[in-house]
Amino acid sequence: MVSGIIGTLVLGTITVLSYFTAWQYFFTDGKVDGAYRAITGFNHVWLTLTESLHIDLGVLLDPISVMMLLVVSTISLMVHIYSLGYMKGEDGFYRYYAFLSLFTFSMLGLVVATNIFQMYIFWELVGASSYLLIGFYYKKPSAVAASKKAFIVTRFADLGFLIGILILSFFTGTFDFAALTNPSGQVLGSIAGTSFIGLSVLSWSMILIFMGGAGKSAMFPLHIWLPDAMEGPTPVSALIHAATMVVAGVYLVARMFPVYAIWAPESLAIIAFVGAFTSLFAAVIACTQTDIKRILAYSTISQIGYMMLALGVAGYGGEAGSGFTASMFHLTTHAMFKALLFLGAGSIIHAVHSNEMGDMGSLRKYMPVTAITFLIACLSISGIPPFAGFFSKDEILAAAYTSQPIYFWVEWFVAGLTAFYMFRLYFGVFWGKKTEYKHKPKEAPLSMTIPLIVLAIGAAAAGFIPFGDFVSSDGLAHEASFHWNIASLSILIALAGLALAAWLYLRESSRPEKVAAGFKGFYTAAYHKFYFDELYLFITKKIVFELISQPLAWFDRHIVDGFMNLIGRMIYRFAVAVKRFQSGQMQQYAFVFVSGVVVLALIILIWWT
Amino acid sequence: MSWDQLLFMRHEIILIILMLVMIIANLLTKDENKEKLIHLASILFFANLIAGFLPARYGSAFGSMFVANQSGIMMKNILNIATFIVILQSGEWLKKEIENKPRIADFFILILASLIGMFFMISSGHFLMLFIGLELATIPVAALAAFEQGKRKSAEAGVKLILLSTFSAAIMLFGLGMIYGSTGSMYFNEVLTNFNGSALGMLGFVFFFSGLAFKISIVPFHLWTADVYEGAPVNVTSYLSVVSKAAALYILMVVFYTVFINISASWTEILYIVSILTMTLGNLFAIRQKNIKRFMAFSSIAQAGFILLGIIGGAGMGMTVVMYFILIYVFSNLAVFGIATSVYRHSGKEKIRDLDGFYQTNPRLSLIMMLALFSLAGIPPVAGFFGKFFLFTAAASKGYFWLVLIAVLNATIYLYYYLMVVKAMFINQSDEAIDTIQSDFPMRLSLALCAIALIAIGFIGPLYEWINNVATAF
Repeated sequence: MVSGIIGTLVLGTITVLSYFTAWQYFFTDGKVDGAYRAITGFNHVWLTLTESLHIDLGVLLDPISVMMLLVVSTISLMVHIYSLGYMKGEDGFYRYYAFLSLFTFSMLGLVVATNIFQMYIFWELVGASSYLLIGFYYKKPSAVAASKKAFIVTRFADLGFLIGILILSFFTGTFDFAALTNPSGQVLGSIAGTSFIGLSVLSWSMILIFMGGAGKSAMFPLHIWLPDAMEGPTPVSALIHAATMVVAGVYLVARMFPVYAIWAPESLAIIAFVGAFTSLFAAVIACTQTDIKRILAYSTISQIGYMMLALGVAGYGGEAGSGFTASMFHLTTHAMFKALLFLGAGSIIHAVHSNEMGDMGSLRKYMPVTAITFLIACLSISGIPPFAGFFSKDEILAAAYTSQPIYFWVEWFVAGLTAFYMFRLYFGVFWGKKTEYKHKPKEAPLSMTIPLIVLAIGAAAAGFIPFGDFVSSDGLAHEASFHWNIASLSILIALAGLALAAWLYLRESSRPEKVAAGFKGFYTAAYHKFYFDELYLFITKKIVFELISQPLAWFDRHIVDGFMNLIGRMIYRFAVAVKRFQSGQMQQYAFVFVSGVVVLALIILIWWT
Repeated sequence: MSWDQLLFMRHEIILIILMLVMIIANLLTKDENKEKLIHLASILFFANLIAGFLPARYGSAFGSMFVANQSGIMMKNILNIATFIVILQSGEWLKKEIENKPRIADFFILILASLIGMFFMISSGHFLMLFIGLELATIPVAALAAFEQGKRKSAEAGVKLILLSTFSAAIMLFGLGMIYGSTGSMYFNEVLTNFNGSALGMLGFVFFFSGLAFKISIVPFHLWTADVYEGAPVNVTSYLSVVSKAAALYILMVVFYTVFINISASWTEILYIVSILTMTLGNLFAIRQKNIKRFMAFSSIAQAGFILLGIIGGAGMGMTVVMYFILIYVFSNLAVFGIATSVYRHSGKEKIRDLDGFYQTNPRLSLIMMLALFSLAGIPPVAGFFGKFFLFTAAASKGYFWLVLIAVLNATIYLYYYLMVVKAMFINQSDEAIDTIQSDFPMRLSLALCAIALIAIGFIGPLYEWINNVATAF
């Protein structure tokens, strides 16, 4: 228990400091001539490679990093407090808090990175702490498998990230964000000018860097690890796999945004496409799942797709940059309501001891606080005004509409799906059938409900923050215009989704089965997540292991090792053969000594003349 | 000459006083109180160690027969540290094994005498001074090797050492005679100017080198090593393998870099050949050894081969890397020997096979032993890695890539046999594992010192720079 309290107190301090920093930055120090500038709080040159290329460790403050500081410290504090109740009495309580602190440290280091290499270092650290936390219940085989899967998939993506960094720094000669993202693009001249298979090398490197972001942010087709990552403790899912780490990919793209928007528009188009497709794809799967955490996981994937899309359709500066602001806005509100949803789910699981929707129903009577806060989160994510999600989603839709209408219609549809699956979940758990519980579910303790209430306030009210004043692609205040036509369209489809969910799930009925039967083939495919796990298994097991690895292993074992053993045996034989020198006879020793002198003398004298 | 010139010899004078104190204390102590002499010696020697680090004056005395310079004084301090550790480790042995208690003081007197010889050798500016120092360093060690009365092997070691070192001394002296014949002087600076590379002088150089190579156990002058190391008491072996060797290496470098700098092409050639021979043969013999002391004998022969690599690196860098390596080597080897002593004192066992399952019964000793072996094998991040890395760098910086390649291949061989010992301790199971060992305080102190040094040295960057500053001034 002590470890938890220490961790929570320290994090409380960090949160206070973050808010203080943010206040200082946004209202006192950050603004010069009406534009927010980047401040390097501190920078330590760690490894010098060449004069301009060095790896530093430092603290960079600019609107997005300060915003992320607030998000990460707030959510992390809430999760720390929540876990005091949730993890109470678990084996390895102290281990849990140690990992949690490690994660928070790494995440904060990531967001304040002054250069892309520091970001990469902390990027790997969050990956490692995520691995540790997913596998927290290391006695459960499924948790171990999930942690390995998450680690391997994200590591694979990070390989792309690293190659991207290396290409970028090779041409530009710097890791520094300040130099790289300078809109004048001074350092980017040579890399943007060199082309390779139809695209500039810069675009290639930016695509590779995005690959790292796609892995962390679970973008299609690297999304497969996130649903399995739900094996970790639920507060961890709220912190890492909903609010903070998984948006690191979005943050990465936002960090490099001037490069994407001005110099590598092709890669930005790819990001937009991947974001849109992922949000649709994951939303469809979410409609069919029955494990409440998995529903939330797919919902997370889908919402991150939104953020990626918003970045993808944005441009640099002015009105075109509204997508950037919208993306960051949605990141913030999403962190609130998705963390709330996960913590609410944790509270439910804590009471019911199951993840399956089938085991739940009518919980609103037993758990009023959880039910109300959960409802607020659902309304927020579905985009019902005046909750936070409505405002941020509206901005994304507006940005998509002004730039590429096709994306607008896709996302509009996904908004409907979102409302549907969230209320399917809400009604299924808190209304629906009357369930007989073996142990009567109880409302969670105070340590768990207080974070729920705090986050609920955030999820309800965060939409009223004038976000454009603080965060924009070029640092200038950006007035978000309100679009009545788009807002009414999106409210309409959200209500339609909500109504459909209510019709199907508010009371127990046979309607859901009938509807599912109506879409039989499609439903089964979506239920099985479109067989992506199977596809990956086929590729890795059948093709990589059996066709490539096994022959290589045979070669290694028989040819390479055989050769090595031969060398070893020869050395040993030789060692046996020279044994005779060491006879123990002093006469012989003296003889060898003199022979040595003579031979050396001959060598020197002959060589000398 | 004035009296302050004697202050250049502060290290030597302190040791001589220490030796006299031990002789008098021995006379004044009753037989049943002889054990106290061990404490007295440890404390006095510790004081000497500290005094060695006090600011010293540099200069030459006795018509530059004796030269005190920065690097020499650092070397003396390193030897002081090593000898202090040896003294700490030998207390238990002296208490238990020597039935003839009155002889306890002899051990310290002999060690001090030998150390005085080394100090004079290190500070010599004249070949005869060097020779006398070398002999003064060797003869007491021969007596020490035969210290365990009534043991055949100990006596054999003593006889072998004294006869063979006399033999090598004769050859060395012969070589010095030839050098004198061709240059007309024995002073380092005069030999430097008069040495003209005549056949006589070159022959003298080879003879001189062979005599010194005997002390460092360079192949083919190494054959005494294994027999003497095995037969001598463990503590004497550790003294021989660390202190004697380090002193001889230092003076070899000084002579090469100052007196014979004009024929560096020749001695590089010689070193090239003997370093390959030494590494390879040392390793090949070490692979098959079953006895820890013999094993360490051959492994230290191989290590000497690696040190020659550093000497090839040339004056500035070579001196630095070799001194840095010696510092690390002192701690690594003494840790291994310390544990070997403990094991032998408590169980009478000295085979590598006897270490099976050692980790189960003696986890802490096993970990220190592992650290020391890793250091000898050059596995990062233990100090030995850095030492070896710099040795390789020194040779590579002169462009001897083939030599470095051969050294790296040899490194895989010794990695194998060092890890075999680690495997025996940690992986092999045994029903007859050695019982848990309770060492006395000085032994534990010595092992702790070694362990801390092994971990810390590699990470203290300024240390290398400091040695670099000092070592380039000789």
